[in-house]
Amino acid sequence: MSEYVIEMLNITKEFPGIKANDNITLQLKHGEVHALLGENGAGKSTLMSVLFGLYQPEAGVIKKDGKEVKINNPNDANALHIGMVHQHFKLVEIFTVLDNIILGAEPNKLGFLKKAEARKKVLELSEKYGLQVDPDAKIEDISVGMQQRVEILKMLYRDNDILIFDEPTAVLTPQEIDELMEIMRNFTKEGKSILFITHKLNEIMAVADRCTVLRKGKYMGTVNIKDTTKEELSRMMVGRDVKFEVDKKPQKLGDVVLDVQHVTVPSKLHSNNAVKDVSFQVRAGEIVCLAGIEGNGQTQFVYALTGLDKMSHGKITMLGHDITKAKIRERSKLGMSHIPEDRHKHGLVLDFSLEQNLVLQRYWQPQFQKYGFIKNKEVRKYAERLIRENDIRSGQGPITVARSMSGGNQQKAIVAREIDKNPELLVAVQPTRGLDVGAIEGVHKQLVAQRDAGKAVLLVSLELEEVMSVPDRILVMYEGEIVGEFDPKKTTVQELGLYMAGAKNMYRDVEQKGGAEA
Amino acid sequence: MSTLNVGIVIADIISSTIVFAVPLLLVAMGGMFSERSGIINIALEGIMIIGALMGCLMMRWLDPAVTSGQLGSQLGMLIASLFAGVCGMAFSVLLAFASINLKADQTIGGTALNMLAPALAIVLTWVVQGQGQTTILIPTWSRITQATLGFAAKENFLHTLLFKNMYLTTFMTVILFAAAVILMYKTKFGLRLRSCGEHPQAAASVGINVFKMRYAGVLISGFLGGIGGLAFTLAAGSGFQSSVAGYGFLALAVMIFGNWKPWSILGASLFFALFKVIGAYATTLQNLGPFFNVLFGWPAKIGIKEGQSTYFWPMLPYIVTMILLVLTSKKSRAPKAEGRA
Repeated sequence: MSEYVIEMLNITKEFPGIKANDNITLQLKHGEVHALLGENGAGKSTLMSVLFGLYQPEAGVIKKDGKEVKINNPNDANALHIGMVHQHFKLVEIFTVLDNIILGAEPNKLGFLKKAEARKKVLELSEKYGLQVDPDAKIEDISVGMQQRVEILKMLYRDNDILIFDEPTAVLTPQEIDELMEIMRNFTKEGKSILFITHKLNEIMAVADRCTVLRKGKYMGTVNIKDTTKEELSRMMVGRDVKFEVDKKPQKLGDVVLDVQHVTVPSKLHSNNAVKDVSFQVRAGEIVCLAGIEGNGQTQFVYALTGLDKMSHGKITMLGHDITKAKIRERSKLGMSHIPEDRHKHGLVLDFSLEQNLVLQRYWQPQFQKYGFIKNKEVRKYAERLIRENDIRSGQGPITVARSMSGGNQQKAIVAREIDKNPELLVAVQPTRGLDVGAIEGVHKQLVAQRDAGKAVLLVSLELEEVMSVPDRILVMYEGEIVGEFDPKKTTVQELGLYMAGAKNMYRDVEQKGGAEA
Repeated sequence: MSTLNVGIVIADIISSTIVFAVPLLLVAMGGMFSERSGIINIALEGIMIIGALMGCLMMRWLDPAVTSGQLGSQLGMLIASLFAGVCGMAFSVLLAFASINLKADQTIGGTALNMLAPALAIVLTWVVQGQGQTTILIPTWSRITQATLGFAAKENFLHTLLFKNMYLTTFMTVILFAAAVILMYKTKFGLRLRSCGEHPQAAASVGINVFKMRYAGVLISGFLGGIGGLAFTLAAGSGFQSSVAGYGFLALAVMIFGNWKPWSILGASLFFALFKVIGAYATTLQNLGPFFNVLFGWPAKIGIKEGQSTYFWPMLPYIVTMILLVLTSKKSRAPKAEGRA
């Protein structure tokens, strides 16, 4: 038997105008976790789509157990026991967990479903691998972490033993990430082989045996994780040294820019309030980070702050103006910039061109319009400048349709637009979500540059690494309340974790002890 | 007025409701199959017209054989119904081709078919019957009567209920409805079809041929729509005049009100048919006694004059449709990927 279970040899895949994969070789051993590392747009997803039968390569061969195979569609891949958890889950929201797992491989008699049999098998698998799911719950009602377990069960149900995970941790909480790593290790103990696509170096160091690195469609090499370091991997991936620490000048605190008083926001999901009596201030020249596990009211608070939604109580003042009920455009004119959490929903008009998206916040200014007619030349010039200055990569430059751009470059476009407005207050919600190390470094630099220029920055983040390195102050949110305030230099990840999980509350404890501790 | 009369009127209302609910149910179920596979089928009206036209033409062709006793009348009806279904299916291929192969805008494609169908029907009617002959008459043997089964006719509740408006298509509908529910929820085919209307990429990623499933969805809707067209023509009167009076669109509303689910669609069809029948009977009922007078006399109380209420009642099913759609549209949930490639 061949040493390798899957070999992709000299794969080349071209799209109009771009070589997505240029002579790439990837060899997966039996029972290993093999990481595939690369920046956004490096060609990782294309390579996996070739393996999964979604694209046909122009050149190169794929071998399974040493024998050459043709993979023309996902059915072929499935027949070779190759399964994939896609980055964006391929789940039917209104179906139950069970229906989603069996879809496409339904046990049936004369076309009639045999659900009892399916349920038994799914429960067995879920027990065996510790993948807790409720087979009768609908996908739309379960958490993202559980949805991922459903995707994993889908592969196991089909007896796949080559498992591809496409950026599986991007949507998970730290605890869920640890669980996933454990599950992956269990799979390899059983002899299953795992291809793990990611750009998070810590995860690779923690779980992978070997790592193949791609850069701009080219093969950079394969290394043993034991013999390498984070720094070396990132150098292979980005092509230069990447700094993991954030350089900050000494802080020069200015006046209060944002004053939030007793803000309460009702929840859309339940009768409780999503945000409960939140008060804090952000001053010029500081980065304040609102940290917490996803779903603890950060999103709703930002909606209220930026005017996307209404609050039921409280008052928000910005630069002395009461903006509690101000329109979004008014807030924007006052100097508020917003890098939204959901870049597709609130950040971009996906079917507009890049240049149109770049002037979304200012097309109405005299610079870009006269008597209501858009000055296209000015828009083009402006867009070209932002693209150049921010290294936004796209197929056709300013006229590229936003939808066709990679996630990282979409985010770069939003960050460029919002910061070029020269805001007094920058609200950045998970600005580095889904970005690779090079791009993350860039975004962090820009946030710090704003702070150093004497602007106020409110950062909302779920990434502990980011929470510890970027801000000057950390506010932890739990179930809609602020439960603690920390100086990142004087706290630890472990301490923050206790507050994030609701095990501790600075203000409640103080109340109970009658103000003994401050 | 005697109580007997009231009993017969109630039997009449029930049987009329059923006979009008039948086409709504068939066509809305058809729409459901198409839309849950991901294709908006606004062409239901056109499909009904084609089904009704071809069904009526088939009855016309079979007429000599049936009247001369060579062919059983209900066997003739079965042939006509299936022919209507097959022709509706053939017509729906146009929609499938435009929206699946050519990825055309499904609403525009459907609208085009709705414009094509009545024109085609008029031309064919004239070709078959001669210029100016716009009505294809329906032979009397199409209805199941006491005579069909060999009973003597009686004027009572049961006979009115069973034989006033009884057609083979009603029985076919019961069977087709049951088959549709089973197909949709108990089979591999149904699960796959529904996945294509919700998340075609997910379906494709597990190796389902979305292309084929959507063709299947549209063709089923063509078949049910065709039979539904014939069923409507049978219920509506004595002949086919290249129109189904907006029932295809009403069926769309029924489908939406029924939330794209078979049992809810059944309820919605009965509901709308009842209003249609009440609309038709309102003036008669008003004269029957104080009970009905209270129920049906209210337009007069809000200032609608005697002569005007004859126009008011037939509007009722459509007004109720609009109101209900406004009230329920927030809760209703269309297949997520409907209308998208």
